[in-house]
Amino acid sequence: MGLFGALVAKLTRSQISDLDWDQAKRDLLTSDIGPTLADEVIQSAKKIKGDDARAGLISVLSQFLSDKPRSIDLASPLSVFLIVGINGTGKTTSAAKLAHYLKKDGKGVLLGAGDTFRAAAVEQLQTWGTRIGVDVISGKDQSEPASVAFDAVQHARDHHKEILIVDTAGRLHNKSDLMNELGKIKRVIEKIAPVTEVLLVLDATTGQNAITQARVFSESVAVTGLILTKTDGSAKGGFALAVEREMGVPVKFVGTGEAIEDFHPFDSAAYLEALLEE
Amino acid sequence: MFESLSSKFSAAFSSLRSRGKITSADIDQVCNEIYQGLLEADVALGVVESFIEKVKSKSLNALPTLQSGSNQAQAIFEIVNAELIEILGGQARRVRLAKNPPTVIMLAGLQGAGKTTLAGKLAKHFKDLGDTPILVASDLQRPNAVNQLQVVGESISVPVFAPEPGNGVGDPVAVAKAGVAFARSKLHNIVIVDTAGRLGVDEEMMKQASNIRDAITPDEILFVVDAMIGQDAVKTAQAFKVGVGFDGVVLTKLDGDTRGGAALSIAALTGKPIMFASTGEKLGDFDLFYPERMASRILGMGDVATLAEQAKKALDGESSAKLEEKFIKGEDFTLEDFLEQLEAMSKMGSMGKLLSMLPGAGAMKKQIENFDESEIVRTKAIVQSMTPQERIEPKILNGSRRARIASGSGRKVQEVNALVDKFSAAQKMMKQMRNGGGMPAGMALPPGVPAMPAMPGMGKKPSTPPKKKSRSGNPAKRAVEENS
Repeated sequence: MGLFGALVAKLTRSQISDLDWDQAKRDLLTSDIGPTLADEVIQSAKKIKGDDARAGLISVLSQFLSDKPRSIDLASPLSVFLIVGINGTGKTTSAAKLAHYLKKDGKGVLLGAGDTFRAAAVEQLQTWGTRIGVDVISGKDQSEPASVAFDAVQHARDHHKEILIVDTAGRLHNKSDLMNELGKIKRVIEKIAPVTEVLLVLDATTGQNAITQARVFSESVAVTGLILTKTDGSAKGGFALAVEREMGVPVKFVGTGEAIEDFHPFDSAAYLEALLEE
Repeated sequence: MFESLSSKFSAAFSSLRSRGKITSADIDQVCNEIYQGLLEADVALGVVESFIEKVKSKSLNALPTLQSGSNQAQAIFEIVNAELIEILGGQARRVRLAKNPPTVIMLAGLQGAGKTTLAGKLAKHFKDLGDTPILVASDLQRPNAVNQLQVVGESISVPVFAPEPGNGVGDPVAVAKAGVAFARSKLHNIVIVDTAGRLGVDEEMMKQASNIRDAITPDEILFVVDAMIGQDAVKTAQAFKVGVGFDGVVLTKLDGDTRGGAALSIAALTGKPIMFASTGEKLGDFDLFYPERMASRILGMGDVATLAEQAKKALDGESSAKLEEKFIKGEDFTLEDFLEQLEAMSKMGSMGKLLSMLPGAGAMKKQIENFDESEIVRTKAIVQSMTPQERIEPKILNGSRRARIASGSGRKVQEVNALVDKFSAAQKMMKQMRNGGGMPAGMALPPGVPAMPAMPGMGKKPSTPPKKKSRSGNPAKRAVEENS
């Protein structure tokens, strides 16, 4: 039974016993939305009156969504997007997918290989760049990421690109020196063009720690949107709702597979619907 | 790691300890707090429920037989501790070596769990033990995974078998098979096969993993899992258990502020032991997993055993024996010795990691996180800018010498002064200790583990002293404590 499947089944019945609410809460807990939010959803859901329990449930959940726009900010002639996150969430892949997505839309896109730390991360991005026909600006291995970002933004300006997407090294959010480095990268870029989006990549298989990640990354670089990756697995990524609710940062894109096309704008209605199904 | 969980446990037990006589209602309350704490720590719901049930029934059973007072709380604490160890897999288990080498180890897991990095760490671990590992690049899926493994292999001087370029080209089953054959022909005694990350629901990829398994019949299949995984641990662990099967678990990214729920979930759900823990981005950041030590960390009791072991490993025989001899003979402890100690300390891994193993580390979480690792590098630079004579006889350091050292090391004169002052203080302390008066009980030097001097140069050290007094007379731990 899906995330809220059991809950829905029970809500649609005329009689709801205490045991059913326990079961409903268990379903919510296994979706990773967290014990606190699970409690709240149950409290609100218990108050719902009306025939369509499913619609009521969706409305309870949707009130936790962020009301900020989910589209990306392309207002500036050259917009720079910074891709950030902890290790292994899929930043490099997401950077490439986003570049491909925007290029298809007719935009002039450039990629900056700011992950100079992980072995072969630069090559990984270059391989993607070649595949999708987007230039990748890189420095040498272990070079200063801020300097790579600066080169990239200069190149983007000089070649009249509309969008620069800068990949960064994975960093655990509890390493404050690495978090400070992100701020530096951003400042250096902004000498030339505004960073209009800071996209935090979160792995859907993560648990409550994702909320901490969102909190800490937001504090150090003002995250403007989330990319939720690995949503094609069995994980439900319920924490995203908690993040939207707590920080007001909207999910903008979802990664749905390993292929370059497996990348879509986040559809909140579909997300909530999908949460209700297996 | 585990700060949040361990602070929950500490809070629950400190309120329990404050009770005069513990009632069954108190036990209920403690269990509720632990329940909430475990869920917030991402422990799988089913595991939480059965854990609470066991703790509750054992505690209630034990209650009538317990004396009132703090012993009651302690007894319940022991019950929780024992249950934690039980879940975490009881005995520590190590890689089973094949009777006929090579021992084949296959890694499997989700994308981004850290398999490739772990492969390197594992190889380094075996190489350090004197084995002759080889890495096999069977992740032909992710762009440049092969390349990454080659870079990793090169950095630890371990050969990498990578006949295919990857990036979607080549047959991972064939590569794995050829890799094992190659290892056998070249007499490598350990083969570590890196595979592509795959989702549990991806049947095709799971089939590929089982094909690799059937082709190479590994001695150990290790399931590599991100310590930050949430409730999905249940489904993913099950999918890998059914899809490829595994003999042991490796937890990665344990250096994050993960709440460690995955450790409990995976061990409880699969019944397979957690064998290794990966705790940082350096290839040396790799630990054997000890259930009882992990339980102790979760309960906020620190992990002194691991700390002592690492100290022993890093402070290798020669330099420590030399130091001990000096100490006994009554020779002065010099900056030269100090430099050696610093080198040894840096071999033990990051200071933040070491400090986090102390009891009560949860309380100094912030300081540990903000510990400036380069402080040690700077201190080393200052000492290295001194002449041998100056290192032996710091008292000859006059103003102009200090100015020279400062410019040589790129530090300020004040920093040189501070180092020299702190060093003199440490030297004085060593003398006092030797002269009998100041030597605290249990301070006798066991062979192989020298007392570490107070470390000057650690300017940004945590200011909060560890809450608990050390119970063991372990000098390594004490030395770190002295500096905190």
